[in-house]
Amino acid sequence: MTEFHQIASYEPQSPKYQLLPFRLTELNDEKYVLTNIAGEYLIVSKDIVPRLVNHQLSTDDRAYIELRARHFLMDSATAIAPDLLAIKLRTRYERLANFTSLHMFVVTLRCEHSCQYCQVSRQSDDKRQFDMSLADADAALDLTFRSPAPYIKIEFQGGEPLLNRDLIRHIVCEAEQRKPAKQIEFVIATNLALIDATFLDFCYKHDIKISTSLDGPRDLHDRNRPRPGNDSYEKTINGIRQVRAALGKNKVSALMTTTEASLGRVKDIIDEYLAQEFKGIFLRPLSPYGFAIRTKSYMRYNTDRWLEFYKQGLEYIIQLNKQGIEFREFYASTILAKMLTSSDPGFVDLMSPSGIGIAAVVYNYDGYVYPSDESRMLAEMGDQHFRLGHVRQNSYNEIFLSPKLLKPIEESFAFSNPMCHDCAFEPYCGADPVFHWAMYKDYVGRKPESEFCRRNMAIFQHLIELMEGDLLVKQLFLRWANRC
Amino acid sequence: MLKLGGNIDPLTQAGEYGDALFTITADPFLPKSIRNRFALLTEDSLDAPGYGVQLVTNNGGKDDEAPRPNVRIYRLPVHFNYLRPGDIVFIDNKRHFLRTLFRRESRHNSILLTEQCNHYCLMCSQPPKKTDDSYLLRRTSELIKMIPTDTRSIGFTGGEPTLYGEALIELIRQAKLQLPNTSIGLLTNGRRFGNKDFAARFAEVDHPDCMLGIPIYSDDPVRHDYVVQARGAFDETMRGILNLKRYGQKVEIRIVIHKQTINRIVNTCEFICRNLLFVDHVALMGLEITGFTRPNLDLLWIDPYEYRDALSEAMHVLNSYGMNASVYNHQLCVVNRDVERNYRKSISDWKNEYLEKCAPCTRKGECGGFFSSSKMYKHSAYITPFV
Repeated sequence: MTEFHQIASYEPQSPKYQLLPFRLTELNDEKYVLTNIAGEYLIVSKDIVPRLVNHQLSTDDRAYIELRARHFLMDSATAIAPDLLAIKLRTRYERLANFTSLHMFVVTLRCEHSCQYCQVSRQSDDKRQFDMSLADADAALDLTFRSPAPYIKIEFQGGEPLLNRDLIRHIVCEAEQRKPAKQIEFVIATNLALIDATFLDFCYKHDIKISTSLDGPRDLHDRNRPRPGNDSYEKTINGIRQVRAALGKNKVSALMTTTEASLGRVKDIIDEYLAQEFKGIFLRPLSPYGFAIRTKSYMRYNTDRWLEFYKQGLEYIIQLNKQGIEFREFYASTILAKMLTSSDPGFVDLMSPSGIGIAAVVYNYDGYVYPSDESRMLAEMGDQHFRLGHVRQNSYNEIFLSPKLLKPIEESFAFSNPMCHDCAFEPYCGADPVFHWAMYKDYVGRKPESEFCRRNMAIFQHLIELMEGDLLVKQLFLRWANRC
Repeated sequence: MLKLGGNIDPLTQAGEYGDALFTITADPFLPKSIRNRFALLTEDSLDAPGYGVQLVTNNGGKDDEAPRPNVRIYRLPVHFNYLRPGDIVFIDNKRHFLRTLFRRESRHNSILLTEQCNHYCLMCSQPPKKTDDSYLLRRTSELIKMIPTDTRSIGFTGGEPTLYGEALIELIRQAKLQLPNTSIGLLTNGRRFGNKDFAARFAEVDHPDCMLGIPIYSDDPVRHDYVVQARGAFDETMRGILNLKRYGQKVEIRIVIHKQTINRIVNTCEFICRNLLFVDHVALMGLEITGFTRPNLDLLWIDPYEYRDALSEAMHVLNSYGMNASVYNHQLCVVNRDVERNYRKSISDWKNEYLEKCAPCTRKGECGGFFSSSKMYKHSAYITPFV
């Protein structure tokens, strides 16, 4: 029998190694987070980094093995890293080629609720003034089907879209009749106050999903979402029950809006979602649009309070899971998918290049096209900066190649933005040019002053620290990441 | 453990004969036109001319029996008692040797294509030889014409089958033509597929159900190269897997767990999920105490009971990413319960046994048991029957 060789015989023949593209950000006093170009992260003690970049690490260092295995460096023993990094990077940006998949139809601005945080709804008896016209709806469908995306989601928005349910019926039937070689999914974003058996039957026949609003327990919900009779909570809960009975349990999802009144009550809100048998919650950031007129220091104060709210909520959710109650936080899930897999879940606020227009688009009630829900809210507040064109007056090319769309996408691309370019968390983050425009009147903003940056940086660090500190949390997060 | 190859006693001296493959039959009245393809298996020799050979099991011995000219008769040693009609055997008439190549009732028919290899794995169960054994490939081409077309699966193993190059591709093409309903498991180190043209030509066969089982022993390239004792193997294997998946071939990653792979088993599974999420299956396998493992036992042995938590964590990673994953070659009483959803009874039936202390175990039916070699040489010190 031939002699077997020791592992040392297979070490690189030369001590030289080549650095692969990576970035670092401080995690805490002792450690850096390093991310490679595909977004895989590695935690190292701070003293490793100067040795790494000065080519002083050797195969004797434990960190060397990790850095090589995760494609931060390569040496004469292996040169496969660039091929694997390329595949992962390509996977991450795969969805760009599909272009716009989410098409939001604002079928009416009318609403019987009068929520404080809503920038768009109108209460009016004159239907035509705030309802989308048939002609505009058909023209918007033309644009929808021009998208190269193989999978199209049509979401009905308002106002309260059920106030114009005839138009919903028309759009659904028309979309189905065109029978494109695409998969189409329909969602109605509704407060459910006006749902009835006849319309649910229609939803059942056309496999329409429901997305509703639930802000928390009764008192909080009703305070946030006033309507005549002050019975929004009652209506929503009844509606959820009806939808589940008629369409199936997983056909209804709920979104919460975080207001100042929510901030001290994250446990109550989560308990309400548990009571209503939801499998998770999206602890959303405070909407900036109502606050935009206020001072920056006020925003900063609110970001800190929101982060506290978020961390408390997440801690509670982790505790629930440890007790065996499966429950997820969707914002964390989205970020974790970007941290722990090569896929991008395609959440518009956390995409770079930004998802405005090229992942999602809004056809407003008046036929004007906006690249995101936030940009149409901005328009309703008087800033029509992002208005891309009109469904009947402009062609598909004019709308989707408009400088009003391409310029913010190009300028806000985080990979080439000051500070983002050097940030280890860039692969997890988004560009959000609409937010930055609303706050700072440019697409990028100054990142040290950006609340978007502050908030997300804090969450990225927090998620990593949670994972690194507790194997059970890491395992939980791995499951969330992969079911995003 | 079944003995698949061994000497047989010639009862007749019937001229010059080479070697040949036969299907076992117990029917002395087959049509004469097909008898030469069969080995007639009976208790005593019969006056049934025309069979390729006659195999008799009678141990009483009838040496005084009048030799029948032109009929080759062998007496089978008792260890071949497992042979049944429909099995296919190779008989070397010069050396008076029989090797069982295919057993009708088995789900684990594994066919050795070569003992040559460009790896020299620390735990190789089939230590490589340098001699030309290409007769194995020719024999296999004959064999696949004889295997019944309703056979569900067969395995091709080595050595390293891809060392045959184009001839292996031709064998897979023949397998597709002769056995269109049979799935193929091909064990290879995958390095040859690092050549894109070779991978493309392999894929052109377009076999409907062929899975290539390829080892990756560590996410650390140096450690993988060390385990297989071949510098540069990791990169070539990785390129091979990428090319095979590029051309739509099915790939299974196989990791043998031992002392040299266990420390990075979780990292390795994470690596697979991050870099090779598109493979079709990942198998984590217990160590077989045979071949090179025996001289290297101190270097390789770790009690499965000691690594059970690492195994659980590794499986959790694979399951979380939605990877199709299995645990092979372990005993139920030394893995954690959370591993059971991935647990398979995997040990080939011909080398699968249980310990005496397993007799009262209530879960024996679900347990994969032991390799015969493990039972004989080394097994976990923590085997505890469920009672």
